[in-house]
Amino acid sequence: MNKNAERELAQKLVTEIKTMADKAGRKLRFMEVCGTHTVSIFRAGIRQLLPDNVELVSGPGCPVCVTPDDYMDKAIAYAQHPDVIITTFGDMLKVPGTKSSLGEAKTNGADIRIVYSPLDSIPIAKENPDKKVVFLAVGFETTAPTAAATVLAAEQQGVKNLFMLSAQKLVPPVMEALLSDAQVRVDGFILPGHVSVVTGTGIYEPIVAKYHVPGVVTGFEPLQILRALYRLVKQVVNGEAKVENEYEAVVRPEGNPVSQRITDTVYEPVDTGWRGMGVVPRSGLKMREAYKSYDIEAVMPLAVAELPAPKKTACRCGEVLRGIVTPPQCPLFAKACVPTHAIGPCMVSVEGVCAAWYKYGQGRFEYGK
Amino acid sequence: MVSDKVTLAHGAGGKLSQELMEEVILPAYGNPLLNELHDGAQVQMGGQVAFTTDSYVVQPLFFAGGNIGKLAVCGTVNDLSMTGAVPRYLSAGLIIEEGFPIKDLKEIVATMRKMADEAGIYIVTGDTKVVEKGKADGIFINTAGIGDVIRGTHIAPQNVKPGMKIILSGYIGDHAAAILAGRHGLTLPDTVKTDCAPLCHMTKAMLEAAPDIAVLRDPTRGGVAAVLNEIAAASNCGILIDEDAIPIHEEVQGVCDILGFDPLYLANEGKCVAFVPADEAQGVLAVMQANKYGRDARIIGEVTEQAKGQVGLRTAIGGIRVVDMPLGNIVPRIC
Repeated sequence: MNKNAERELAQKLVTEIKTMADKAGRKLRFMEVCGTHTVSIFRAGIRQLLPDNVELVSGPGCPVCVTPDDYMDKAIAYAQHPDVIITTFGDMLKVPGTKSSLGEAKTNGADIRIVYSPLDSIPIAKENPDKKVVFLAVGFETTAPTAAATVLAAEQQGVKNLFMLSAQKLVPPVMEALLSDAQVRVDGFILPGHVSVVTGTGIYEPIVAKYHVPGVVTGFEPLQILRALYRLVKQVVNGEAKVENEYEAVVRPEGNPVSQRITDTVYEPVDTGWRGMGVVPRSGLKMREAYKSYDIEAVMPLAVAELPAPKKTACRCGEVLRGIVTPPQCPLFAKACVPTHAIGPCMVSVEGVCAAWYKYGQGRFEYGK
Repeated sequence: MVSDKVTLAHGAGGKLSQELMEEVILPAYGNPLLNELHDGAQVQMGGQVAFTTDSYVVQPLFFAGGNIGKLAVCGTVNDLSMTGAVPRYLSAGLIIEEGFPIKDLKEIVATMRKMADEAGIYIVTGDTKVVEKGKADGIFINTAGIGDVIRGTHIAPQNVKPGMKIILSGYIGDHAAAILAGRHGLTLPDTVKTDCAPLCHMTKAMLEAAPDIAVLRDPTRGGVAAVLNEIAAASNCGILIDEDAIPIHEEVQGVCDILGFDPLYLANEGKCVAFVPADEAQGVLAVMQANKYGRDARIIGEVTEQAKGQVGLRTAIGGIRVVDMPLGNIVPRIC
């Protein structure tokens, strides 16, 4: 699209959002639950364009951020076993556990390899038959199918030394947990684009109906986000609560059944812990009984002594992830906790809420004010 | 040559060293000053002299549109150019890993000569060392250079004042994209190649047209974002640039989208950013656009009174966000 046309369209949408939001007679608050949306919103400077009565807060949309300390502690403990090779996405290296990080473990000699896809773990396993190769399966509905496909491929190829350390998370259950949390106030959700490609839009219907909170699935271009916001404001003003799809070119109501089937073959829902939110019912995935031989925790359980005791810091990631506080309200933000020395995980990942606030202005979004 | 690979003996100072010198290095660099083969070169300079050095450790050594030799000459030539000098003479130190193909070495030094010719400089002195296999990654090159500072110019960040225009000489991120593509095995169209080039003729013309250009910088490591942040901090002024005005090739944006980079932070090896008094901006722009390395030059923003020390970017849809200083080296061994 012509850039002038894009700017004009954006301005028109912002005006429409403002006109519509004024009819609500109160401040509206919308949450995005996808890290890529978080970054897109900051990069495009959308917050600056919006009227004062439309506020955006970021929810638990970054897989690295929602992964609790104890998962990192387990990953580090496995990494320290001499016969283990860890394969992982690069952004996990810096995530702090209770006492150290995978990056530190790597410096101290642990064999940790960065991969771009879980499937890259298979050749590593084949080349190292005397080692256990453990992939850190962290992510949402988008990454679960590839982790599951990796397990199925390993099974098919007779690879017996490839395992998953699973902390797969599901978006709809955590949205439900947010909505039933009295501290959280959200008037609507910008629903994730990538996750919805897999899940479809139908999966959100029951939540939207039960809590009477609208949701709009959208893509990552600034105009798509603004259009989704307009639809959300309009629903609130009209007293509606439905799931709308602003990303119809790629997201279908039923999602991607092939991916769903692959995930479902290997995984089943389980209650799981989220950073700052505690255990959320059926919000994670665990490997089914038939695939237990690929689950490192089943095959090689860690001794309690290998894991550090929990620690307490002033980090408010838990509240940030629920949209209760914004990053600058955390006493550590931009002081003790900066991207080069992150205390909380929200500062580690490029998609982390705190990292995005820090990078795009350290909380200042009014240029020059 | 006796061998088709560099051996430890080639760096030992004896007969083989001489052979390497006579058959590979001298035929490439050869010029009246170097051919004297003294321990050092003696040169005549005009007045105020600029002096700089840089080491090159890029990986891969050969990449789309260039090689480490091209970088080693252009990088140092450009550093001199950005100080407001006309580059004159370079030194070249080669640290070569045992087993390095002579054929590759020949190609690298030939490229260095070609770039030196284009820049109008001589490589007047040098050194070659060979280290054991595994102790270096093929070849490392250090170059140092001296140049004559153009009279009447005074390049200093402190001269940057609100209202000045910021000119960028062309498309950004090409060099980093070429290196990243080489490293990650991404296949890119032929249009994506390093922008590595000697900018000395263009900067000389710019300074002759407008001697009171406040700052010239080549946005290498850390990209345009790092340069703008450094100048904002050093001048204690604000900077506001326009996203729409920044030229980025579609393919480069594509590489960034795949690998998660922001083109503003990507290294360039043939670009310059100039801070120019507003009334001279159009004149400088015309001079740049007349040079083949500045054809796509444009004004990308201006220096502001507000937001001292900060760099803001007006986004394509009209929002504003802060462009911060890059944290660390996002792409290691880019040059």
